[in-house]
Parts: sequence; C-alpha cells; structure tokens
Amino acid sequence: MNNFRREVMVFLRTVRGRAYPRLIGLQREKSWMFFEIFLPLLGTSAFVFIYRALGAKPEFTGFVVLGGAMTAYWMNVLWSMATQFYWEKETGNLALYLIAPTSRMAILLGMALGGMAATTVRALAVLLLGSLVFQVTFTVSNWGALVLVFLLTLVALYGLGMIFASAFLLYGREAWHMANLLQEPVFLLSGFYFPIKSLGFWISAGASLIPITLGLDAMRQILYPQAGWGFLDVGTETTILALLSVVFLIAAHRMLLFLENVARREGRLTVRGQ
Amino acid sequence: MNHACAIKTENLGRVYQIKRKRGESGPTTLVALEDVNLAVRHGELFGLLGPNGAGKTTLIKILTTLLTPTSGHAFVDGIDVVENPQEVRRRINMVSGGETCGYGLLTVEENLWMFTQFYGLDSKTARERIQSMLEVVGLADRAKTKSYHLSTGMKQKMNFARGFLNDPQILFLDEPTLGLDVQTSRILRDFVKRWVRERPGKTILLTTHYMAEADELCDRVAIIDQGKILACDTPANLKRRLQGASIFKLQTTPLETLDHFGRLPGVSQFVGHRRNGHTELNFILEDENALVKVLDAVQAKGGHLLSLEKREPTLEDVFIHLVGRGLSDETGD
Repeated sequence: MNNFRREVMVFLRTVRGRAYPRLIGLQREKSWMFFEIFLPLLGTSAFVFIYRALGAKPEFTGFVVLGGAMTAYWMNVLWSMATQFYWEKETGNLALYLIAPTSRMAILLGMALGGMAATTVRALAVLLLGSLVFQVTFTVSNWGALVLVFLLTLVALYGLGMIFASAFLLYGREAWHMANLLQEPVFLLSGFYFPIKSLGFWISAGASLIPITLGLDAMRQILYPQAGWGFLDVGTETTILALLSVVFLIAAHRMLLFLENVARREGRLTVRGQ
Repeated sequence: MNHACAIKTENLGRVYQIKRKRGESGPTTLVALEDVNLAVRHGELFGLLGPNGAGKTTLIKILTTLLTPTSGHAFVDGIDVVENPQEVRRRINMVSGGETCGYGLLTVEENLWMFTQFYGLDSKTARERIQSMLEVVGLADRAKTKSYHLSTGMKQKMNFARGFLNDPQILFLDEPTLGLDVQTSRILRDFVKRWVRERPGKTILLTTHYMAEADELCDRVAIIDQGKILACDTPANLKRRLQGASIFKLQTTPLETLDHFGRLPGVSQFVGHRRNGHTELNFILEDENALVKVLDAVQAKGGHLLSLEKREPTLEDVFIHLVGRGLSDETGD
C-alpha cells in the first residue's frame, strides 16, 4: 500500500511539475494571446464566409465555429505534446526525465494539462468571439451529454497524442515529418469545418479512429438536434469514444514502454540531431 | 544498501551498429565497451579515467538505464539495470558536464523544483534542498533569475545542483567540471568529496579525463581505453607501478620529427607534443642512465634543451605506461 501511495504521489507531482513550465510560460510570454486567439479566428472566419456565400443554413456557421474551437485541441496534441519529446531530446531534458523514477505518461499528461490552459482559452475565444461576430446561437439539448462527449473526446485525443509521442523516443526528424503530414489531412478527415457524414459512410467510419471526428459530430448533434447531419446517433458515438479512450490510453502505455526499450537497445534515446 | 557492491558489471559489452549507405565501405559496428568487469563498493568515490571515446559515457548510460548492453550484465545496488530499470532509477541521479537542463523561461529555483517533482519530493523538502544546493554552487543570489539570463557556466552549476536534489544513493558524474573555470571546479570538487565522506554509504562514479581530478578525488580509479578496463586500483597503487621507473619531462626548441625517441635504448614509453614555440618530450625510462641517450638524440636533431624536470609518477604517466600515448591524445575512434 505504501508503495502504491508513493507511486501515486510521484505520478501526481510529476504531472504538476511538468505542467508548471507551460502555465508559467503563459504569464511570462503574453504574445501567445495574439497567436492563439486572433489568428485561429481568421481561419475559422474564412469558412464561415464560404458557407454564407453559398447560402448554407445558419447551422453551418455554428458547425464551423465549433470545429474552429476544437482545432485548438488537435494542434495542442500534435505540437505541444507529441512532438515535444523531440525538443526535449535535443535540449538534453529527455535523458533527465527518463532516468527519473516516474511515469512517462505522467510527464506527457503534465505537458498536456499545462498546454491545455492556453488551448482552452483559444477554443473558448473562437467559440465566444465567433458566436458574437457571426451571431451563432447554440441550443444545448443535453448539457450532461455535451460535457461527457467533450471530456471523452479529450481523453481519447490525448491518448492518441501519447501514442504519437512514443514515436519520438525512437525517431527524430522522421517522426516530425509524420506530425506534419498528420496536421492537414486530419482537418479534412475529422470534419473540422463540415459535417463528416458528407464524406460517405466508409470514409467517415475510417475517420472515426481520430477521436475528434466522432466528438465533433456528437457535439454538433447535441447543439443542433434538428439539423439531421449526424453520422451515427449520439449514444453510439459516445460509446465508441469511451472505447477509444480506453484503447488509446492502454496502447499509449504499452507503446511508450515498448519504444523506450527499443530506443534503449538501439542507443537512440539520447542521440541528438537525428 | 543490501548488496556488497554499489555498482557491479560482469563482462559488460556494448556494440553500436553503424548504418552505411549502399556501396559505402567501412566497419558496420563500433565496439564501445568490451568485457568490462568492475566492482564499486558502497561509500566509494570511484573514478573512471580515459580519453574521449574510451567508453566512459557509454558505461554511464548503461548504468543509468538509458542504454542496454549488448552483452554481459550490470547491477546498481544489486539490481539488474536491464531487468528492473525503474528500481535502479529510484536510487540514482546523473550529472553530465557541459550539459544544461530545464527551461529558459523558468527561474533557477523553479527549474530545480520541477526536477524534484519527478522524484516525488514534497515542496517543503524540495525547497530546502534547492536552497542548500544553490549555496553550494554559488547561485543562491540567482535563485530568482530566469535561466536564459544565466551564463553557460552558471547553467552548468544549476545542472550540477540538480543531480543532488533527490539525495541519490549512487550518483553518476560524467565529466562534471568540463568547461568550468578553475575556481568553480575547485568548489565543486570539494563538495563532491565532502558529500561522499559525510554521508556513509553514498557512492559516486566519476568519469573524467582530468588526471588531477581523479587523483585528488577518487578512492579508486579504473583506467579505460577503447572500451576496455586496463587497470583498476587506488591512485597511489597505480602510481606505485612506476616506482622503479625514471620519469622526465623535457622542453626543447622545436623539433621536426619525434618518432625516433620512442625507439631509443632504455626508453620504455615516450609521448611528445609540439607546443607553441617549443617541443615537450615526456619519457618513462628504465633507468636514469638512458637520459644521456635522450639528450644526445635531441642534440643530433638540432634541438636545444630549454628545461629538464624529473618528477614523481602521475596518473597520466600510468596511462602512458599502459596505453603508449597520453590522455589528451586523440584515440581516433
């Protein structure tokens, strides 16, 4: 029991310790506000104007604003968590993390939570400013379901991010290129700016492996129950998201262990400029 | 501290695979460690002395669980580093000289606090240890300075302090004074010595290519070159191996060629360097009579003697005696 308690304390303190630089960075480098709030709003606005020019229903403006807000979390997972091990390796911090008797998932969770503060501000800013500027009205049909879907989406998404992060224990630039490759296609496949149903059943089903796809679709259905653009019903999507959360977290744990061992064997854990 | 040895290696080996492009020639493997057998006792300050590329850092990476061996076994506090790395990590820490740590936006104490969290220290204990270590390394007045404002030397000192914060049972210091000024190096060396002496059971494995550092600090020293341990004993015993030998250092006017000095009768080892404006010749002679031949050879090459010094053996002489070249010479690997 003492060992268990000690492990839990080390885990929690690691999360706190690694989240700290991110949180303190928000206070000390305020330029992020411009980049994280104003610029994403521009990208979202472009899609709103396209829908309006095409005479689309007002719900589509709401779809876009919600998609714009959720983009922030995908970017956070990709650039502030998955690829972060690359920079940690280059600066020499990774070796110091790895010789500490702590969980790699705790370090990644710390990064994620620390980064989530800025990300949530960005998401809220897009949601609120977008709603104000484009006069979007959301009618939440079920607050409980909305919060549950949102949280499950984040858990599954950050689990997926941890799987990507494990690749950086072994690879350097190769993994970096993979992250670059993932950014834009995921914007398309997860339906950030349009209902995923329009891609057809099989593509939508394949894209559902990206948690944000089903998360967005379910949230849109909860916010616009009459729109009729849902891919699967909310209950099914929530269940799949719950399954993805569990599967991705377990897979991340195993991948981190497995790739760390491979990297130790091949001597790649501390190789820089890879 | 249940085990006889703090660190033990059995026939430890590490071979790196070298990836070559198709058609590119050259070896496809690099032997970094070969059949290394070491036994470091609890409470020892143990030195690993060798030139760059000798395998010191590879050995430390294996012992700190960052790398797995390709043959043999390594144990830290009796725990196999491959079988149970997490248990090993609870007992160790590492400082690599020339390295920095943390994030520029954080202050010195914030950076150090962050690392204490990875060991599960409560904040009160963490802050006490941070304060005490900052005083040791002379950074107490910089505690609130963001680390990107620190000089390289100060960042290294912060990294040095980090290594002691979890109060490890076994500490690995990999060239800890690399690149630091003389005064700072002296302060850190004194602290390392005190840390081991005042805390029974604490062990340090120090790698260095500074002979004086190893001589001054270490209870025992292992000399390593090209992945092999050549000798392991106390500095005094290692130097005693050369007790019968006569060791001379000569400075002459610049000489064109040096190769023939090693072949002179009575010369057991020779290392020569061309320095700015003069040539330095180091000899280990079988007996003092051989010096006459050396001086004749200098004269025959058109050189003039600038200084002549007979001295006591140092660890560098031991290294030269064992390897046939100086520690500062490149190994070529």
